Amino acid sequence: MNKFILEGVNLWYGDFQALKGIDMEIPANKITAFIGPSGCGKSTLIKSLNRMNDLIEGCKVSGNILLDGESINGDTDVNALRKRVGMVFQKPNPFPMSVFDNIAYGPRTHGVKSKLALGEIVERSLRDAAIWDEVKDRLKKSALGLSGGQQQRLCIARALSVQPDVLLMDEPTSALDPISTAKIEELVITLKKHYTIVIVTHNMQQATRISNRTGFFLLGELVEFGKTNKLFSLPKDKRTEDYITGRFG
Amino acid sequence: MKRRKPRDLVLFLLTWVCVGVTALVLLTVVGYILFNGVPYIRPSLFAWEYTAQNKSLMPALVGTLMIVGLALALAVPLGVFSAIYLVEYARRGSRFVKVVRLTTETLAGIPSIVYGLFGFIFFGVFLGWGLSLMSGSFTVSIMILPLIMRTTEESLKSVPDTYREGSFGLGAGRLRTVARIVLPAAIPGILAGIILATGRIVGETAAIIFTLGNVARMPNHLFDTGRTLSAHMYALANEGTHAGEAHATAAVLLLVVIILNAVSSKIARIIKAN
Amino acid sequence: MGRRTLVAWKKVCNREFVAKVIFIVSASAAVLAVGLICVFLLVQGLPAMWDIGIVSFLTGTDWRPTWTPPLFGILPMILGSLYVTVGAVFFGVPVGIFAAVFMARFCPPYLYKVLKPAVNLLAGIPSVVYGYFGMVVLVPFVRGHIGGNGNSILTASILLGMMILPTIITISESAIRAVPEEIYEGAVALGASHERAVFFTVLPAAKSGVFAAVILGIGRAVGETMAVRMVAGNQAVLRMPHEILSGTRTLTANVVIELGYAADEHRQALIATGVVLFVFIMGINIAFSMLKKKDGL
Repeated sequence: MNKFILEGVNLWYGDFQALKGIDMEIPANKITAFIGPSGCGKSTLIKSLNRMNDLIEGCKVSGNILLDGESINGDTDVNALRKRVGMVFQKPNPFPMSVFDNIAYGPRTHGVKSKLALGEIVERSLRDAAIWDEVKDRLKKSALGLSGGQQQRLCIARALSVQPDVLLMDEPTSALDPISTAKIEELVITLKKHYTIVIVTHNMQQATRISNRTGFFLLGELVEFGKTNKLFSLPKDKRTEDYITGRFG
Repeated sequence: MKRRKPRDLVLFLLTWVCVGVTALVLLTVVGYILFNGVPYIRPSLFAWEYTAQNKSLMPALVGTLMIVGLALALAVPLGVFSAIYLVEYARRGSRFVKVVRLTTETLAGIPSIVYGLFGFIFFGVFLGWGLSLMSGSFTVSIMILPLIMRTTEESLKSVPDTYREGSFGLGAGRLRTVARIVLPAAIPGILAGIILATGRIVGETAAIIFTLGNVARMPNHLFDTGRTLSAHMYALANEGTHAGEAHATAAVLLLVVIILNAVSSKIARIIKAN
Repeated sequence: MGRRTLVAWKKVCNREFVAKVIFIVSASAAVLAVGLICVFLLVQGLPAMWDIGIVSFLTGTDWRPTWTPPLFGILPMILGSLYVTVGAVFFGVPVGIFAAVFMARFCPPYLYKVLKPAVNLLAGIPSVVYGYFGMVVLVPFVRGHIGGNGNSILTASILLGMMILPTIITISESAIRAVPEEIYEGAVALGASHERAVFFTVLPAAKSGVFAAVILGIGRAVGETMAVRMVAGNQAVLRMPHEILSGTRTLTANVVIELGYAADEHRQALIATGVVLFVFIMGINIAFSMLKKKDGL
């Protein structure tokens, strides 16, 4: 089953065309990785899946993006969309408040008020993000005191707190050390049971380690998209081959 | 010390001399006022009643607090909301934003006597508020509006965009993002701006005497006249009969300003440290 | 369920909308204020100027509001403002620029930590306090050591020079700091001494910012009221430039001295004085913002 279907998606920042005619199908409960050199459009594309690009002035999108068969373009309620399609960013960005309030922020935004319910959501989200044991004794302390890797798992927990269907991850480990990276990769693999995951990564090994599908982007085009092991072992396109064998990028 | 060519030496010494002059100016003004004024600060200076014999500064102090309170109550929400619009809502380079910026700069450049004149004509005469707390606080609030706006804008801009992204990414709307995430993070900077603005109000005279008036008594209601510390200082200096009280009042005024300055820069330092 | 979410949505949309309207209205307050200030000053000031005759108002040498018929010529005040401003520039600008160069390029860090707040404090001292200081210290000093009765153009100039120092220093300093380090390094790499590189390469590169500082300082000096009024003598008499030991009256002092008791035409003439002052200040501000834009400060 496909979670997202993209049909001829073009995207412009002012006069610059950042995405050119992207067609792809992103399967549910799988990990899909976007790879490609910097400026290839992979981050731009992931941000159009929950319309974070709306925040950038002069950004125009054409074509169709369907989530569970329904278009997310035009007058879709973006706040409801972003509740369904959560996001984890390149640099861990916990809010300057306590661990508890960080996780409770999302549910509170969507109307959960009862202390009891919030407590349950916070614990469940932190457990799902495999960080509960590390922070359960310091829920009331500032989230900014955590290590970088812990902060990023906290941000994953925060994204999970509103029970999304999809988790978008924009190079989530690029600011982290190898041990924290391994923990997050492990976590991502366990999460795919319940969530559809789209991950942008700079790191091809990471894509091979965790993803089921991989899309290779170059200069705003989707060059090749398919099962990860196939794409890496038998690339169809010469450009893909050049990239994965390290000839450029 | 390394050897300098004669011209370099002259320039080098000139910079030291000029900075020395600047420091000397500050030390002389502050030193003179405090040295001569502090010995005259006596309990009688803070007597509740102002009389011809005892030029108590208490009514002026109370008047100052009232004007500061009212003016901040008007200008802070207005200034903070404007800044929120400019930073968080408006599209960059929109015509409205340009107009707002231009007018804010204009407000910042208008001398206080012109504010006094305007407040007198508009609030005092046209709206019929006369010389009153209302006229005074409205006039002064316009005067400090640009300061509040600018400091708030700066502190909103210094809140990292990643916070906003995080909040939007969870499906929060713009208002919630601003109210719950951005504004709390910007509060220290806004506070520093409010304290600076308080300093300006306390130091203001020309705009006060034609709007609040300069009568040495406690204002009883919003449309009552009174005076502030600076206006009191001005009156004492003009009367020229109570040198001791004048010295002491100048010292009190200066101390208030020094304290406000210190608090504001302390907050600024805390922000920098974080 | 569908219906309920729809209702919930509408509530959110509405709250967002209401908030946005409140923010826009607030942002319009500054525009409204400037509009009101312009309209009310002009409506009250221009007719008087018209009645008196613009030329005789601006170039008249006699200010005699109590005569019948009264005379309203503000040339003495225009010149008064000009004299004290030129004087303030003379005393304040060189010292301010050299001090700014020191702060930006020569100052050891431990000293900077003291100097910067000191300059900020200098900017924060109320003008009545400066005025009072002028009355009790500068006036007797000028009377005793230089001449005249002390309440003079010279005294006002010195005092204003002190008062514009922080403006000049702060803005010049940031202009000098905004000059790219490569310009300094380029000069030093060619064998220039530190002083030479700073004064003949970095400072010229910052010149429009320094100019802007001077212009803003001029604006402060022209607009300053209380301090000038307390030390300048305030005679509404036409002075020649060499009479720096005589008293003078500025545009600002004219308003502050007489507005309290003026009525009818006299009051309108004072408002017209305010209009002239306002126009001067606007010109200065426009010059300032043009220079600021050029420098990208």
